[in-house]
Amino acid sequence: MLEHYLSLFIRAVFVENMALAFFLGMCTFLAISKKVETALGLGIAVIVVLTLTVPVNNLILHNFLDEGSLSWTGIAALEQVDLRFLGLMCYIGLIAAIVQILEMFLDRYVPALYNALGIFLPLITVNCAILGASLFMVERNYRFGESVVFGFGAGFGWALAIVLLAAIREKLKYSDVPEGLRGLGIVFIITGLMSLGFMSFAGVQL
Amino acid sequence: MANLKAREVLFAPIFANNPIALQILGICSALAITTKLSTTLTMCAAVLFVLTFSNFFVSLIRNMIPSNIRIIVQMTIITALVIVVDQFLQAFAFQLSRELSVFVGLIITNCIVMGRAEAFAMQNPPLISAVDGFGNALGYSVVLLAVGFSRELFGSGSVLGAQVLPLAADGGWYQPNGLMLLPPSAFFLIGGFIWILRSYRVEQVEKEPFVIGPNTRTSPAF
Repeated sequence: MLEHYLSLFIRAVFVENMALAFFLGMCTFLAISKKVETALGLGIAVIVVLTLTVPVNNLILHNFLDEGSLSWTGIAALEQVDLRFLGLMCYIGLIAAIVQILEMFLDRYVPALYNALGIFLPLITVNCAILGASLFMVERNYRFGESVVFGFGAGFGWALAIVLLAAIREKLKYSDVPEGLRGLGIVFIITGLMSLGFMSFAGVQL
Repeated sequence: MANLKAREVLFAPIFANNPIALQILGICSALAITTKLSTTLTMCAAVLFVLTFSNFFVSLIRNMIPSNIRIIVQMTIITALVIVVDQFLQAFAFQLSRELSVFVGLIITNCIVMGRAEAFAMQNPPLISAVDGFGNALGYSVVLLAVGFSRELFGSGSVLGAQVLPLAADGGWYQPNGLMLLPPSAFFLIGGFIWILRSYRVEQVEKEPFVIGPNTRTSPAF
């Protein structure tokens, strides 16, 4: 059982890296990777939010939305109800709510972390990596335990990728880039090369 | 006059102010589905539909939305439209919907949609907002289709599933470039696209954050 979780984690971090293999959360990934410090802050915020939202969305799916999942209410009329088409609306609403709660909680109890994360926390709601992880969880039929591991792994992989990119971009300031590629263009190419590097994990069998 | 403005609003986002190349918006859900032209076309049509109508509806009720909950309201409108697209694809094009997997749902968090709702539709009347949404979706589609076309052509030698370059495996002459089917190629192609665009429109080139001074020569130092 532990091996299963470990292999799921490694796959989520390296083989199916959210940023480099599925291009999720690209907008923030490219925009907020100029400095390692801010990238690290954002990365931690993403890990926390993903570890919370994926399992909670998993519970929502299995207890409310899935076909026949309302049978715990004991009402016969609800036994056959299939609410999966409402999934998108529920997941995004739940993510927004969790981010909001997390923000208030951190502001009240851990002000240091709150200040460090700053504007990134509210922005995370519209980060595709968060919603993407929940949708992958639905598509791959993860159970609750798996969804916890997958959420954490996906967040960890994303954070790893953005910190690496930020470190490269800091060094890049000293290099002589062709005019038209300067700024955004070269960042795309670097991300491509990083993605190529991460692809070599694809053969890893656990 | 209004006509001219509409044209400007429609065409400006395609090259002059391209949402992908200049504003780094909306790349999130887009790149993974450009391995084939058919999925790319579907994705473009979906974004076109969602962006046009979300701008229209947000603009329609823009004076009734309290400003502190506007994000939630916009999000609900966008999500409803995406659910329509998703259900439609599942009903009429199940195979495509399977190939697109989670990426149709991810249109919700596509920054272009939110960005246009927030930046344009909240300040302008409905019709011109719809035109703006349409124009931005076209700008997005141009980049995406260019990437999708080259990836399918060079990756598997076909266009829209029809074999154009005869493959070496079937007795032809073309050896497919496997890299084109892998995720990194999309980054290279978009980087190249930006390079070409900025070579023509030099004003889009980003300024160096600072200029490194020349080395000090020994003679003036003494």
